[in-house]
Amino acid sequence: MLDILLPLSYLIGSITFIIGLKMLSHPDSARKGNLVAAVGMTIAILATIFLYTDENGNKLGNYVWIFGGLIIGTVVGTLAAKKVQMTAMPEMVSLFNGMGGACAMLISIIEFKHHTSIPVDLYEEAGTSVLKMIPGTLFITIIVGMVIGSVSFAGSIIAWGKLNGKIKDFSFNGQHIVNLLLLGVITALTVYVVAVRPETTIMLFYVILVISLLYGVMFVFPIGGADMPVVISLLNSFTGVAAAFGGFLYNNPVMLTGGILVGSAGTILTILMCKAMNRSLKNVLIGSFGGGAKAGPAGAKEQGNYKEISLNDTAVLMAYASKVMIIPGYGLAVAQAQHVCHELEKILQEKGVEVAYGIHPVAGRMPGHMNVLLAEADVPYEKLLEMEDANDQMASTSVVMILGANDVVNPAAKEDPSSPIYGMPILEVEKAEHVIVNKRSMKPGYAGIENELFFRPKTSMLFGDAKKVLQDLVSELKQV
Amino acid sequence: MEFIIQLFADPATYRLLTIVILSIFLGIEVISRVPSVLHTPLMSGANAIHGVVIIGAIIVMGQAHSDDYLALILGFLSVVLGTLNVVGGFVVTDRMLEMFDKKKKMKKG
Repeated sequence: MLDILLPLSYLIGSITFIIGLKMLSHPDSARKGNLVAAVGMTIAILATIFLYTDENGNKLGNYVWIFGGLIIGTVVGTLAAKKVQMTAMPEMVSLFNGMGGACAMLISIIEFKHHTSIPVDLYEEAGTSVLKMIPGTLFITIIVGMVIGSVSFAGSIIAWGKLNGKIKDFSFNGQHIVNLLLLGVITALTVYVVAVRPETTIMLFYVILVISLLYGVMFVFPIGGADMPVVISLLNSFTGVAAAFGGFLYNNPVMLTGGILVGSAGTILTILMCKAMNRSLKNVLIGSFGGGAKAGPAGAKEQGNYKEISLNDTAVLMAYASKVMIIPGYGLAVAQAQHVCHELEKILQEKGVEVAYGIHPVAGRMPGHMNVLLAEADVPYEKLLEMEDANDQMASTSVVMILGANDVVNPAAKEDPSSPIYGMPILEVEKAEHVIVNKRSMKPGYAGIENELFFRPKTSMLFGDAKKVLQDLVSELKQV
Repeated sequence: MEFIIQLFADPATYRLLTIVILSIFLGIEVISRVPSVLHTPLMSGANAIHGVVIIGAIIVMGQAHSDDYLALILGFLSVVLGTLNVVGGFVVTDRMLEMFDKKKKMKKG
């Protein structure tokens, strides 16, 4: 009776993951879905601790260590997740993802050590062929799980560092060739080790580990700015696959379903994001932005004149507009200006101005980043227009207010085939009557591309920190 | 070739492969119609779910010999990291979704 409890718990775990993911994809049930998955996870974890037995019927030991780790992880994880600012959410997800990858990597390392260390007398009897007694499927599962886990770990840490500005973009000529080479070496070594099992197997295992970590670093390093959401989503699905290899290793169905579900769902999510940018995944990963070298001359080419607008004029223009569209970007998140932004929206509405938000799918650092941010400030859901709807309404809009967004309104995406973002659908703000751009300075956006929009005749620049500017604007509006 | 034969010879492996294939399709099907508002929370929720790798960490930890300090330390580290992934992931997701909830209540109220 007792021995069906563990598989039953795993079954419940798998089902809650599926239901949880399903509920997470609907706004009404999303929060409950997250909770359902969390409960399932707890059941699966507790069942493993107390009910798991190996093939000889031995229970798990080291409870002190296990619970110690669980408690430390829970306390630190909860604190980190509760304390993090809304703006830093993407970094946090990337960091947690890296932890999962590292976990998968460590499991593989320990299992490898376990399977290759054999009592001395047995070893002498069998010679080096002991290595050959390890089943090929087991061996390859351990190595591939380790490779994917460490790529995901190293990549996530780099993505985390890049998003919070600790690590700058870095690329050199031929980096993609080096990356492909690294990947080739990893594959070749893995095949060699599994097929031939040379005496140097143990050493080669650690060589593969180091190259995998290096690959993770090199893989994310050159990918810049606007593409970071895609990378995090991709690394997320990598960790899912790494977890699934753990499922293979332990013949564990819940690890397998959970891992593969995330692997495939994450891949679809990645593709959805690429679609939003009208680029292929290959293009994102291989054709990464050229960095500073490319942006320099492009900027010098057409450094036209831009015109500034005063706060007072902005207030008047907006107060007498029939319809205002606000385009938020990362600048709004950085300035923590979402609450003031909502205030501006309310005061305009009191004055009879119709207000809507135009949300580009990849505005900010993660898809849906702006939605989450504005939801925090209680902006009503119906006011957030997706890109297509926003573009449809653009022609009837009197004033477009761009708050810290840049690449997602860059006309170069439509007009300049040599631009790195050429082909990405943008918010076509120039269809509106007036365009007001709030930025801190004339510096190019995160992707490092000059934006010609700022020099167009319809555009006026309103410099300053988004929060400060909006606060001033609200008080100006009160006087109009 | 030998490897592929090995793969199918073992019924347990074969069963797991079946689960893999079905799960792939399930994963695609389950999230293919998700509004872009939910992309970030969904990614974060999925991130927490792959924390299921913690089960592997617990098994490794629980099987380590009490005199094998390297295995104990690495195992302990992997339990901590796995827990961070699970707990942090679910809490962050809940925080994001809490905002949607709050908004809905306000609309009703």
